[in-house]
Formats: sequence, structure tokens, C-alpha cells
Amino acid sequence: MEKTMDLTLKVWRQKSANSMGAFETYAVKDVSEGSSFLEMLDTLSEDLVEKGKEPVAFDHDCREGICGSCSMTINGIPHGPEKATTACQLHMRHFHDGQTITIEPWRAKPFPVIKDLVVDRSPLDRIIQSGGFITSRAGSAVDANAIPISKATADYAMDAAACIGCGACVAACPNASAMLFTGAKVSHMNSLPQGKVEKDRRTLAMVTTMDGEGFGGCTNIGECEAACPKSISLDMIAHLNRDYATAQVKNFFKPVA
Amino acid sequence: MNLDSKIPEGPLSEKWSSHKFNMKLVNPANRRKYSVIVVGSGLAGGAAAASLAEQGYNVSCFCYQDSPRRAHSIAAQGGINASKNYQNDGDSVHRLFYDTVKGGDYRAREANVYRLAEVSSDIIDQCVANGVPFAREYGGLLANRSFGGAQVSRTFYARGQTGQQLLLGAYSALSKQIGLGKVKMYNRHEMLDLVKVDGHAKGIIVRNMATGEVSRHASDAVVLATGGYGNVFFLSTNAQGCNVTAAYRAHKRGAGMANPCYTQIHPTCIPVHGDKQSKLTLMSESLRNDGRIWTPKNAEVAAMIRKGETDPNTVAEDDRDYFLERKYPSFGNLAPRDISSRAAKEACDEGRGIASTGLGVFLDFRDAIKRDGKNTIKERYGNLFDMYQCITGDNPYETPMMIFPAVHYTMGGLWVDYNLESTIPGMFVGGEANFSDHGANRLGASALMQGLSDGYFILPYTVGNYLGEQGVAAAGKVTTEHPAFAEVEANVKARIDKFLTIGGTESPRSFHKRLGHIIWEQCGMARSKEGLEGAIKDLQALRKEFWTNLRVVGDADGINPELERAGRVADFIEFGELMCRDALMREESCGGHFRVEHQTEDGEALRDDENFAFAGVWEYKGDDVAPLLHKESLIYENVKLATRSYK
Ligand SMILES: Cc1cc2nc3c(=O)[nH]c(=O)nc-3n(C[C@H](O)[C@H](O)[C@H](O)COP(=O)(O)OP(=O)(O)OC[C@H]3O[C@@H](n4cnc5c(N)ncnc54)[C@H](O)[C@@H]3O)c2cc1C
Ligand code: SF4
Ligand code: FES
Repeated sequence: MEKTMDLTLKVWRQKSANSMGAFETYAVKDVSEGSSFLEMLDTLSEDLVEKGKEPVAFDHDCREGICGSCSMTINGIPHGPEKATTACQLHMRHFHDGQTITIEPWRAKPFPVIKDLVVDRSPLDRIIQSGGFITSRAGSAVDANAIPISKATADYAMDAAACIGCGACVAACPNASAMLFTGAKVSHMNSLPQGKVEKDRRTLAMVTTMDGEGFGGCTNIGECEAACPKSISLDMIAHLNRDYATAQVKNFFKPVA
Repeated sequence: MNLDSKIPEGPLSEKWSSHKFNMKLVNPANRRKYSVIVVGSGLAGGAAAASLAEQGYNVSCFCYQDSPRRAHSIAAQGGINASKNYQNDGDSVHRLFYDTVKGGDYRAREANVYRLAEVSSDIIDQCVANGVPFAREYGGLLANRSFGGAQVSRTFYARGQTGQQLLLGAYSALSKQIGLGKVKMYNRHEMLDLVKVDGHAKGIIVRNMATGEVSRHASDAVVLATGGYGNVFFLSTNAQGCNVTAAYRAHKRGAGMANPCYTQIHPTCIPVHGDKQSKLTLMSESLRNDGRIWTPKNAEVAAMIRKGETDPNTVAEDDRDYFLERKYPSFGNLAPRDISSRAAKEACDEGRGIASTGLGVFLDFRDAIKRDGKNTIKERYGNLFDMYQCITGDNPYETPMMIFPAVHYTMGGLWVDYNLESTIPGMFVGGEANFSDHGANRLGASALMQGLSDGYFILPYTVGNYLGEQGVAAAGKVTTEHPAFAEVEANVKARIDKFLTIGGTESPRSFHKRLGHIIWEQCGMARSKEGLEGAIKDLQALRKEFWTNLRVVGDADGINPELERAGRVADFIEFGELMCRDALMREESCGGHFRVEHQTEDGEALRDDENFAFAGVWEYKGDDVAPLLHKESLIYENVKLATRSYK
């Protein structure tokens, strides 16, 4: 039989964007160590529903660490204590009987709380909308092997493209900076031959949007990398800084967009 | 119900190009006068919305997640097929076509499958152009692997995250159009009904899940790309929010539902661990390229393993039954999904299952590690092994993985003709939500292909053709002021109120679990007349109970996960009944549909081509009235029907 545990949860409850929130304390019993963190929250929800109370709202969908929906800060760390693990992939065997766990939404100015643990992350979408794409109309592409790409470049682009857009980097950063997220997308696209044409335009546009959405600057603290469930490296921020500097210089002499 | 499949005349290989030539074109200057609603932002919906907007139409796109990038397509791991023949191993459009028809156990429409195989190459080109970082060889060219038992290497992949990378490609194209204002994106909006005007689809009613607001949206055409219905089983590999609501609501408004009983149970998932479990996790099928599947020959040994008294590594070679290798020597561990899943179930039914529940078999890498070295195996499957360890706590390099079949994909769906248009004019269906290309069983790495084919290359043409046929004078004629919108909106609101006021004692999740249990037991891997008849009664009773004893806490004014689930479960219960009726009607075994009454002496599926070579299409007739069956005969002019043999 699997071991079970009893836990005390301190969960952020907030009715809506405009209302005040507060922590509520709940006890959950008989949580099996094989269940996931979100399944543990399901148990709490069922308990609350049983009592006619509203369950805790939180974003989630795939529950396999890839959609980037789940977004909660667990004991002060976005996605919780396990390295390179999303909240949905965090398993209860990493906790122990009798433990108190604090659960809060992402805390960052650009991500207002909508309800309980649910926040609005649409600023990340808007960063992509401003330039995080490679223009190629459907039907206009050349043969996929027409442009060989070295394995090293393809692997690097893939490392960067692994970002799931969860926003934990922002939540972890004292400045609420979105540099890791933006850096990952810029590094992915700017490193591929297909993406080079729009490189300068893309970089300038995305950084401008990022600043406009109220994300803070990067002061090299590194909390983002530590919290990132996909181990996106700080190198991506360096890459962004490099490409941004180049684009700015070029733009100074001859506007790129 | 009109089931004219509208398959173009002419030889198979020329149908699509001549059809495209014959289509009505809309003058580029006029395109901005039309608006199209796309529900869904997965591969099918995301690609369709982006492409239609690129062409100049005004698009509104809807998804229930907080961002279009999170559609369930993101979770696909293994890869995407294309008949590029980059490996020079004999692949061709015709071979991919043939494999798909055969893999689907001869229950798909030839012309659609051929077109899919034909455009598969363009998909890869498009994705690379959009920046999808597919795996590459040292020479810089694209890498391929053989997948799911294919005899050629035609699968393109991006580590274990192919779906994510493909979706991010479509999402970036979509994002560009959102940025340009050509697509208006509605995140956290759930479609709750379809609006028809004079028989044509003209809009939808949606609920803003963040604010609770119910609103009307009108357009000149509607595309549904809302994914599959695997969550009717409660436990599946699908994301939590995957639902049948959009498709089922359209069905109730007149869209034929085809082959709902064709569901795919994937052989390599992590076994169930307890009753609190919310989902099942797929382990990529690519693992079967190197892992060997076995259970102990002896049920007593299996019992000892279950209790933790015997270490599987100590079971002698002679005491292991590599059942797939034994039963299907030429395909071995790579036998198709339906066959592999059934074989695992059989072994467990014989008491030889492992895992604490007895519902599991081993997938063992011991021999592969011995042969190729740990590093090679790590290179190939490292992230999958890590994921397995993260979930189960076991280290698969040292102790064999445990797997069990789980619901993974649904081949059935809304009926569509060659243009992907449903029986409701002006309503098109793409991706997993339609029934079109996979017959009774889908091949690995073919769903991503189909989603993108529909989204990038088919719908942009066929929707344009429909709009062209309606004429520019009709563009934008119907607005949300039309009384049909008020009426459907009122229905939607009344239904929401009803959920909140039943005031019973049982939660939506509890009903969902009970539903899943019935469907899994009676309409899962093995189905019987008796079982299905019982299930239909049980589901009718469950439906009654649901509508009298449901408890939904909270209100409708904002995020309410209970309310959302209630709506989905209500539709799933009715849909589950339709699935059972379809399974009952189909007195044969084919692909993922196995009727115990129809099997060969050695337990293989027995098809009945004489009587069942048709797509079964159901017409909704009322809540307490039996649905009406229509048949689209499947005519095979290019492929000879044969018994699938993987022996
Ligand atoms: C774990 C897993 C692994 C897989 N691996 C592979 C693989 O390796 N290769 C392969 O070919 N296939 C694979 N598949 C299958 C494949 O991923 C899916 O069939 C395919 O991605 C479906 O795409 P889609 O665009 O049709 O739907 P989805 O990606 O499911 O998108 C559905 C969209 O519809 C929206 N939606 C749904 N309902 C509503 C509603 N009522 N209102 C508003 N919006 C709604 C959702 O928000 C979403 O945007 C896998 C599937 C799973 C579950
Ligand atoms: S960089 Fe990491 S933490 Fe930030 S959004 Fe991407 S995956 Fe999440
Ligand atoms: S729910 Fe998808 S990443 Fe956690």
C-alpha cells in the first residue's frame, strides 16, 4: 500500500480581481504520496464541495507539465520545491505527514489575480503577438531540407523553444521581469536561418512590448532560472541582450521596422 | 440527413488538385467583408484561424484555456508523419495512404486519406519555415524515425515535445494575425451552443469563463476544431478540459455524429495508482522500438510481484511471456495500438498482470541497455524516463517500466464531407473533432498530421469555397440581432441556471467518475451486446440522477470550475449513450472496436465487410427518443480489403 499523509494547507482565496484576498487554512487527510499536487488540491475541492463551499480555483489542463497552465507558488517557490518540475508534475512523495503548505497565486504586477490562484497572463501572449513569429504564409514554404541547419543550432533552438510560457520566471523575479520568457523566444527564432530575416525587428518589438506591459528589468538575480520548470538557461537572457544591442545600433542608423 | 460525401471525380491522385481548381475563389478585396468563427486553437483550429486570416478573412478564434498556446495538441510527444521519403526507404504518398487505410481497418474514406497523405509533405515544409526545431542529423538535414510499427521511417519529431513545437508554430502564426488585428482572440471562452439561421451555421453562444458573461457571436461560417472526446472515460490521457460540448451541441442542432464508438486505447500509459487519480499519463509509443513487453508466464509469480515480494529483474527468461513477440512474431512489440492493448488486457485478465492493481504489464529496457549501452538509451528516451520516474518514483534504467492501456484518441466525431463540411451547411469541422481520416484505428503520429493538414491546407480552401458560393451579397448579413441568437442564448442561460439550482448532493466530478466507469467497463477494450445494453440503461438512469441530484456550488458570475464541469459532464453522459448505441449497432470487430461476439478462434478481430463497410452517422431526434442511424457506404476503389495481419 502507498503511504498517505495529513496536511495543513494555507491557501490564498480571493473572490475576484477587485476584492481583497486572504489566506484560509484547511486540513486535508489521507493524501497518497503517489498523487500529484493538483490531485491533492482536487481532494480539497471535493471536501469543500461536500460542505457546500466553493473549491479553490486554479489554472490547469494537461497535468503533464507541458501546457504551462498550472501556476501556483508553493511554500514561496513558483511550481514548488522540486527542480525543473511544474506544479502538476510535483508529486506528494516530496512532502511529509503533518507538513503545512502555503499556496499562493503568481505574485507579479503584470499578472493581476482573477480569482484565488488564477492570474491573467495575457501580457505574455502580447509579447509574442508583437514579434514572436517567423512570417511564412501557409503554402509558401520551400522544401524542408532546402536549408540545412546544423545539429548544434537545431538543438540550441530546441532548448530555447522548450519554454511553456507558464510565467514562473516572472513570478520568481523580484523585478517581475519577463526576460527569461522573452529571451527564450528570441533565442529560438533568431538562431534559426528562417528567423534571421526578421531578427532585428522581432527583438526590438518584443522588448518594447515587454517594457510596455509593465515587466521589470533584469538585474541578474537568477531566480527565474531556478524556478523555471523547463530549465531555460540564463544564457537566453544574454542572447536577448546581445541581439537587442545589435538591433538598436542598426535601428539608429537605419530604422529596421 | 444528406450524407453526400462530395468526393471529386477523377483518379485518386488528381482529385484534390482538380477540386481546388474547380472551387469558387473569393476576390481578395472582398475577403475582408466575410467573417469566420474558429472554435479551438489547437493544431487544427490554430492553423485554420491563422491561414484564413492570412488570406484576408476576419477571424474570431475561441479557446477555453487562458492562451491559445495551451490547447491540448501541446501534449503530443512522439511525432508527425509525412511521406517525404527523405530516408529513401520506399515511402511515398501512396504508401502512407495505404498504411493509413489499412491501419484504420478499412473504415475510412479513401479520397480523404489520400489527400492527407498528399499534403503531408507540405506540412513539414510549412512547419520548418515557421521555425519548428525538428530533430536534425549531423549533416543538417531532418531526422526521422519509425513510429508505431511503420515499416518506413517517416516520422518527424522534436525531442519528446513534437506537439508542443508544432503548436507553438501554429500559435506564432496565429499570434501574428492577432497582432495585426485580423484575428480577434477570445481566451477563456467556452462555446456552449451553435446558432443556425435558415439551416446554415451563423454563429455561436459562448460563456466568458472569467467573468461569467454569456455572449453572441455571428459570422458567415463556423469552424469547429475542438478536439476529441476521450474524457467521456473520465480517466484518459487527455487534458482536464477536453470535452465534447461544442461538438455535441452542434450534433443536437443537426450535425451528424459519425462512428462515436471508434476510440483508441493506447497501450503504453502509466498504470492507474489510486481512486483520487485525475488523469493518465502516456508514455510515448516510441519506447516500444527498444522496450520489450512482458508479464510472467505464471499467475503466481505475477501475484508475488504485485505484492512486492519478487523483484521483476529476478524472473528468469524462461518464466517471462513476451506476449506480443509470441503472438505477432513479425511485428512483435511494434504491433498496432489496438492489438497491443488488447493483448495486454488479455494477459491481465488471465491474472498475470503486475502493478499493485494487477492492471499492468512490463516494458523492459534491460536488453536494449545491454545491447546499446545506457547512454544510447538515455539519448533516445532520457526525458521520457525522467518523466516516468517523476510520476512513479521508479527508475526505469534499473527496474522495468510498468504500463497499461488508456484511452488516448477518438477516431469518431462529427461527420464531414470531402470539404470537411458537416451536415449543417456552413459548419466545418477539423482535427480530432471530425471523423474523417483514421477509420476505426489511428496510426501513431498521424493525428498531428491530420490536424495541420485540415488547418493549414484544407479548411482555408474549402471554407473560402463555401463563402464564395454564398456570394458577397450575403457577407455579414446575419447579425447577433437575429432572433435565432436571442433564442439560443436564452437556452444557454436557462441551462446554466438549471445547473445551479438543482440543489442535489452529488458533485459533477462524482458523476463524471461514475460515467467513466460505465464506459470503460462496457465500451472500452472489449464490448458485448449484453454489456452495451446494460450500459445504455445505466446511462439513462445516470442522466436522470444527474438532473435531479447534481450539486454545483458557487455562482455563474466568474470562474467556477464546478459549473464548467457540470456542463461538460451533462453532454458526456448523453454522448456516452450514443457511443454505446453505435457500438451495439456495429455487429463486427474492427480497429479499436472489439465486439467479443465477433472474433476469430485465436481471438483476433473479425470484420464484416459485407454488412459494415460504412460510416455510421447518427441524427439527433430528441432527448428521450432513439437517434436515427444513417449510413455512408465506404467504397474502396484503390485498396483491396484484406484482413489485417501482423503475425
Ligand atoms: C498525450 C497525448 C499524446 C499524443 N501524441 C501524439 C503524437 O505523438 N502524434 C500524433 O500524431 N498525435 C498525438 N496525439 C493526438 C493529437 O495530439 C491530437 O489528436 C491533436 O493534437 C488534436 O488536435 P486538435 O487541434 O484537433 O484539438 P486540440 O489540440 O485538443 O484543441 C482543441 C481546442 O478546442 C478548444 N475547445 C474545446 N472545446 C471548446 C469549447 N467548448 N469552447 C471553446 N473552445 C473549445 C480548446 O481550447 C483547444 O484550443 C496525442 C494525444 C495525447 C492525448
Ligand atoms: S522561461 Fe521557464 S519559467 Fe519562464 S515562462 Fe518559460 S518555461 Fe515558464
Ligand atoms: S497543467 Fe499543464 S503544465 Fe501543469
